[in-house]
Amino acid sequence: MKDFIIPDADYGTPASKSKEMVTLTVDGFAVTVPAGTSIMRAAKEAGISVPKLCATDSVDAFGSCRLCLVEIEGRAGTPASCTTPVAPGIVVHTQTSKLKTLRKGVMELYISDHPLDCLTCAANGDCELQDMAGAVGLRDVRYEAKETHFRAADTSGEANLQWLPKDDSNPYFSYDPSKCIVCSRCVRACEEVQGTFALTIEGRGWDSRVSPGMSGDDFLSSDCVSCGACVQACPTATLSEKSLIEIGTPSHSVITTCAYCGVGCSFKAEMRGDELVRMVPYKHGKANRGHSCVKGRFAYGYASHKDRILKPMIRETISEPWREVTWEVALSFAADRLKATQVKYGKESVGVITSSRCTNEETYLVQKLTRAVFMNNNTDTCARVCHSPTGYGLGQTFGTSAGTQDFDSVEETDVALIIGANPASAHPVFASRLKKRLRQGAKLIVVDPRRTEMVQSNHIMAEHHLALRPGTNVAVVTALAHVIVTEGLMDEEFIRTRCDWDEFQDYAEFVSDPRHSPEATADYTGVPAAELRKAARLYAGARNGSIYYGLGVTEHSQGSTTVIGIANLAMLTGNIGRPGVGVNPLRGQNNVQGSCDMGSFPHELPGYRHVKNADVRAIYENLWGVEISSEPGLRIPNMLDAAVEGTFKGLYCQGEDILQSDPDTHHVAAGLAAMDIVIVHDLFLNETANYAHVFLPGSTFLEKDGTFTNAERRINRVRKVMAPKNGFADCEITQMLANAMGAGWTYTHPSQIMDEIAATTPSFAKVSYEYLEEMGSVQWPCNDAAPEGTPLVHVNGFVRGKGKFIRTEYVATDEKTGPRFPLLLTTGRILSQYNVGAQTRRTENNVWHDQDILEIHPHDAELRGVKDGDFVRLASRAGETTLRAEITDRVSPGVVYTTFHHPTTQANVVTTDFSDWATNCPEYKVTAVQVSPSNGPSEWQVEYDAQAAAARRILPAAE
Amino acid sequence: MSLKLYIPRDAAAKALGAEAVVQAVKAEAAKRGIDVTIVRNGSRGMVFLEPLVEVEREAGRFAFGPVSASDVASLFEAGWGTGHPLSHGLTEDILFLKSQTRLTFQRCGVIDPLSLGDYEAHGGLIGLRRALSMSGAEIVAEVTDSGLRGRGGAGFPTGIKWKTVADAKAEQKYIVVNADEGDSATFADRMIMEGDPFTLIEGMIIAGIAVGATKGYVYIRSEYPDAIEVMERAVNNGRALGLLGPSVLGSGMVFDIEIRVGAGAYVCGEETSLLNSLEGKRGVVRAKPPLPALQGFMGRPTVVNNVISLATVPVILEKGAAFYKNFGLGRSRGTIPLQIAGNVKFGGLYETAFGLTLGEIVDKIGGGTASGRPVKAVQVGGPLGAYFPRALFVTPFGYEEFAGKDGLVGHAGLTVFDDSTDMLKMARFALEFCAIESCGKCTPCRIGAVRGVETVDRIAAGDPTAMPILTDLCNTMKFGSLCALGGFTPYPVMSAVTHFPDDFSRAKEAAE
Repeated sequence: MKDFIIPDADYGTPASKSKEMVTLTVDGFAVTVPAGTSIMRAAKEAGISVPKLCATDSVDAFGSCRLCLVEIEGRAGTPASCTTPVAPGIVVHTQTSKLKTLRKGVMELYISDHPLDCLTCAANGDCELQDMAGAVGLRDVRYEAKETHFRAADTSGEANLQWLPKDDSNPYFSYDPSKCIVCSRCVRACEEVQGTFALTIEGRGWDSRVSPGMSGDDFLSSDCVSCGACVQACPTATLSEKSLIEIGTPSHSVITTCAYCGVGCSFKAEMRGDELVRMVPYKHGKANRGHSCVKGRFAYGYASHKDRILKPMIRETISEPWREVTWEVALSFAADRLKATQVKYGKESVGVITSSRCTNEETYLVQKLTRAVFMNNNTDTCARVCHSPTGYGLGQTFGTSAGTQDFDSVEETDVALIIGANPASAHPVFASRLKKRLRQGAKLIVVDPRRTEMVQSNHIMAEHHLALRPGTNVAVVTALAHVIVTEGLMDEEFIRTRCDWDEFQDYAEFVSDPRHSPEATADYTGVPAAELRKAARLYAGARNGSIYYGLGVTEHSQGSTTVIGIANLAMLTGNIGRPGVGVNPLRGQNNVQGSCDMGSFPHELPGYRHVKNADVRAIYENLWGVEISSEPGLRIPNMLDAAVEGTFKGLYCQGEDILQSDPDTHHVAAGLAAMDIVIVHDLFLNETANYAHVFLPGSTFLEKDGTFTNAERRINRVRKVMAPKNGFADCEITQMLANAMGAGWTYTHPSQIMDEIAATTPSFAKVSYEYLEEMGSVQWPCNDAAPEGTPLVHVNGFVRGKGKFIRTEYVATDEKTGPRFPLLLTTGRILSQYNVGAQTRRTENNVWHDQDILEIHPHDAELRGVKDGDFVRLASRAGETTLRAEITDRVSPGVVYTTFHHPTTQANVVTTDFSDWATNCPEYKVTAVQVSPSNGPSEWQVEYDAQAAAARRILPAAE
Repeated sequence: MSLKLYIPRDAAAKALGAEAVVQAVKAEAAKRGIDVTIVRNGSRGMVFLEPLVEVEREAGRFAFGPVSASDVASLFEAGWGTGHPLSHGLTEDILFLKSQTRLTFQRCGVIDPLSLGDYEAHGGLIGLRRALSMSGAEIVAEVTDSGLRGRGGAGFPTGIKWKTVADAKAEQKYIVVNADEGDSATFADRMIMEGDPFTLIEGMIIAGIAVGATKGYVYIRSEYPDAIEVMERAVNNGRALGLLGPSVLGSGMVFDIEIRVGAGAYVCGEETSLLNSLEGKRGVVRAKPPLPALQGFMGRPTVVNNVISLATVPVILEKGAAFYKNFGLGRSRGTIPLQIAGNVKFGGLYETAFGLTLGEIVDKIGGGTASGRPVKAVQVGGPLGAYFPRALFVTPFGYEEFAGKDGLVGHAGLTVFDDSTDMLKMARFALEFCAIESCGKCTPCRIGAVRGVETVDRIAAGDPTAMPILTDLCNTMKFGSLCALGGFTPYPVMSAVTHFPDDFSRAKEAAE
């Protein structure tokens, strides 16, 4: 295993963005830095570390520790180098006899109120206080301290009221006030980096203490979201990961990429041997810039959870218990059945589902498996059920099936429009970056049925919240365009030069129709016309207006239409092609972008090239030595329909739990049950595995090499930090399955797969593992035309040529409320859990969210006699489930909301089979439901539990 | 028969029984059928004579004091004549008052504080009217030329501070008045706010015109309920009469004022803590730079001035920079309202040009100690000021002159101590004060003050090793602290150690 430690020195204060350069002298060395740089940072750039404790370059200078004092010739006193900016020609001395005496004096004070238990301290060897005591040459503490914060009792046994016990309430880190030096780094990280403002300093003077929330709160009961920024910022052992306390300091670290959401945060996996000590956000990670959320930072415990299956298993029928077998037995069993199925039902009768959770290389291999070995195009991916409309909509209008910006772009936006997304829960690190920009003065518009945390939370508030009725996105987006066009707020020059003018005129005529006005649509969208008009003017009038959207846009029967409408808004206002603007889909999973890029869709080969194009097929046919079908294969819903009809009989499903995550669970179950061979390749016996005949144990992101492509098209390396507990990396397993079918593949490392991708896909042409080592990461397209990748797309013109305006006619979904189902259910994600919860439910994250909760408005609750915390029955025409209710006005009257993280709830039992007209992306976000008080689990839940228990039986291994 | 009396509404006069005197006067007048008009003026500053009741006659105002409720009947009996034992004759002729140079306090105690008409009748608004005819730069130049320096304690030239704000480009600028007068022995801010609030308001408006600020805040400590009430009423009156609001005196200039109340932290008298508190944040010190003049209240350019600095501006504009500059000595120009307190015979406010020696102030004006014992030390400049022994009484009162003796003028409060004072205890008190009032941000102050108290206790217990530790600690605090609280606490400590070494070795001798 290679040690990828990259020197990541702390420069003490953030970098200045000034273009003006200033030269000064530090300890006799000339150094040139941007104006506005602190003397501390300038010194560090010259290789001189000024002692410091309260400064760290993730937060603004504070000037409290008084260790970093310097002397400047011609200036009085000893200014703090962290808070004093450079000036041209100044001559700075960082080490003089006066400074040495002062620093020793300050350290003597610090240590007089600090326990001297270094040898048994969790931060031993990784403690800045320890380092500074050494750096200033402190040899003696002469004070005879009576008052301390670290002694629980004085020598007579009298309790010390200044001493506070350790707060272990957070499952992942502990707060030990006795070691705190009150540098406020944690408080400032919580404010400046995370933007939660959960921490404060309580008391004054000697009584100043770090305090989560109000007095009486602990970390768990406070607003703390456990992002870990405070722990990272702490220079001592005061805030320490419990894993670090238990294991000890790491010996080496590996840079890798988080496997949760589409932000794609870079992390340092800090290791001791092959044990993971902690995951620390990597400061040079270009998506996260050193920040993290509770999932990436802490929720990796599932990798070693007892539920993880480490041996292959097979069974003849799904009513039998599983049998653990060798890899050879499992793979030949699977291959034989697949072959037999194809012989019996035809080569089109089997297919694959790739995963947005897996690496690009794995995804590429799985689609290659069906195209080159199964000899059909029956490949689909879970992106089908989340962002397929993004691919379609942005492909049609702009020419690229991807977001237009990088995440850094948010730092320059002036008005952000968030539609159908709650980044504070689902993309927390992006939310923190956006909130930071909002606190700097940018404005926010939120289009969401729910009053999410983005609408209002500590120190941020949306200018406008358009709380639309679920399912009316197209009407609202079109009404926004109506205001922009009819009030003449569009950027005509942009439209004339960058878009097709005739298509614009057609679109302008369409949106100008009074039936698209906010006044006309308010009746059914529920959005007050005046508010919508103000929002449209704000977005259109912004110097830099950006749109960020999520699954609240795509997972609708008109998901693709809304994406097109969003693209229209950006083109109308000229908000494309520079930093601070753009159309940015927030991808739900780590590799949604990548799995789409890799040819997972049944009609597209890698790089979004249609299978009907013979020239594209030829590239792969020549390389693979096979003939590729020119007919698009089956989408997931088609596969299941065909299975129920009896024509689709075999499935290899890698890293996706379609039974829990796809809509209309009954239909999915029926389809799976009708198949002859279902191969599930996963970490756990997931819900889909209840219907599987072969279980191939998967490897975690910690156990393999590969790449993930995040929402900003950034290709990030995933690096193996430990050997796979199941024995093989996932692409090895896919290759073994292919070879069991007779493929004869010979990849020995994922880098070879990436080389094949680069060789065959123009937008990836320059990508290789070697190049990624050199660059850190790149954003595709990365080829000779864009050798360093492409942070912003459509800079000088749209990829498709002229931007294309397309009419966006609102068609109400067929999913309508009525007397039987009078409420609209919409679904979403919560911060601490992730999707179907397969990973996060197997971590301590459950302390925050151990069950799915139904949010219901007080008015609707009152009508139904539902009280807060009651068990309620949630029913739609598709099915019913039960869960507990929370009464809240976050949702509007007539709307209920829940999450889908827990299989015991199975919210997707309730969702229907309606889907996007263009891409079949399911309409998760709108289901007509009824809510009524309940005594216990629904009939389905009881039956399902029994079936699942039976299906998960594993026979003891034959000795 | 009718009678016009002036009975101060000043908090010091009230503390000494002014309210009871008012009640007694009303009752006695009613009993005697005398039509009495009582004007609640500010204090004349002679606290040793408070409650000082003045009766208005054709010849002028005659003073009686200190008056208690039980004296009222006899005063009526004597017809408020000069024959009464409490009579001091014409107020203006009382030596303590007569020998002053009253510029900033020219109207304090003379007028009805809440009457804008009275204010104007006594020379108010002349400066403002002149300022309204000048450009901002001309006003800044006038204030700069006057030599006025910040009266809060730091002594920074007011005109230069204004120029920084005036030159800063911003959509909104602010004038913030530091009325968090927390130093021991200081009461000048309170007296002017209670006795002549329009002087402060006028100074703020002039500052606003000078730098381009349209909004002012007066941050008053919560311990000053009377000042808060008077200021709020004065601002309301000023707004009603067109002095404040969308068009100051009909000039089209916008300026308005809000009164804000502190929450009891001494450190909020430090300007950056004050700004944090004003913004609704914890009152902790901000590092400088950025200067408040460039990034102050809400991050915008802000003039933060002491009450007296701004209250002195109207007279400078009224009489011209040269007039004001003509007073004083060295680089300390104009007058300074000395606040004489502690163990002193004639305590009160004494406005005079810079330059009197400390000895003249304490012995001649103050009249020595109230206890009659010899003066041992005077602490000048509040709880962070140095203790001056008699040996240094020749020091003239001026910023540079006091700095040259390791002391400070501060807000010009003087606390007098007699020879029964144990200076070790005073050194301990200084550190204890710092420990209680520290904001807790910087290490030298937060931990140093607590360790300082413990170390002084070791000295008191006769530990010979503790003195160098205290000296080193004071060095760390003086040069290492973020603000003046930690940075100046060593002044009283080290001045006590330096000038009164015996008080620090007595315990040691006792132990030996």
